[in-house]
Amino acid sequence: MTLTSVDKDPETRTMTLTTQFDAPVARVWQVWGDPRQLERWWGPPTYPATVLDHDLTPGGSVTYLMTGPEGDKHRGWWRVLAADAPHRLEFEDGFADDAGNPNNDLPTTTVRVTLQEQAGGGTRMEIASTFPSLEAMEQLIAMGMEEGLTAAIGQIDQLLAPQGR
Amino acid sequence: MVVGDVDAEHADRVFHALADATRRDIVAVVLRGEQSVSDLARRYPMSFAAVHKHVGVLERAGLVTKQRRGREQRVRGNADTLREAHRLLDQLEVVWRQRLDRIDAILADPPEAEPNEGASS
Repeated sequence: MTLTSVDKDPETRTMTLTTQFDAPVARVWQVWGDPRQLERWWGPPTYPATVLDHDLTPGGSVTYLMTGPEGDKHRGWWRVLAADAPHRLEFEDGFADDAGNPNNDLPTTTVRVTLQEQAGGGTRMEIASTFPSLEAMEQLIAMGMEEGLTAAIGQIDQLLAPQGR
Repeated sequence: MVVGDVDAEHADRVFHALADATRRDIVAVVLRGEQSVSDLARRYPMSFAAVHKHVGVLERAGLVTKQRRGREQRVRGNADTLREAHRLLDQLEVVWRQRLDRIDAILADPPEAEPNEGASS
């Protein structure tokens, strides 16, 4: 995998990552389309995830449960806004309460995924993640983004020290 | 690539500051509105000194600012929203970089190690 670009635009509150994989589009799509593969990468290794619902059609939803090192449970959901397998997926990503119901008090982010065939059989994947408002960003900073902070703390030094890896 | 711009030491302070539940709550409270350290101390089952210390950690991380007004120390969320935005986007980048590394590991698996092949919808 090669990370080809990272773009952060505070004005539109969007972070865009572009990566290149050697695998074909159909294979890369599976990491989104197969719930067993999705749960292997969505959360950090210290927060094993279980994907409960998984319907990648417009209007469909994905729900998941992550268990932290101290047995703490974190639930989240996606609401699928657009899907065109194996090339496009757009969803709203939010937090849920202990019963799995969407927590509407907490901000959501919108994620747009685009997969493109490359000459030579590889795949270009673009991920754009957008916050709905600055207030939402501040709120997420304040509560500590579930994965970005709580779980990544142990790994953050190692990730930030070199220029990527 | 923007990665080199990340100030590792500062990121470290921010992550450390937000690793504590009380400090996260303090940030959430003062982002909604300015509070004195005494106001804050009344909210938590801990001493004024302990809350004051938490505020100090947050201040060094740039998450709050403290201003003396008369006998009071007023605490507010850092209004520099663009910087806040940058900071959060940096964190989001870290989250996604980790995810991409894990995706990469999955793609490197031999096919027989994928138990639920074909479940893509």
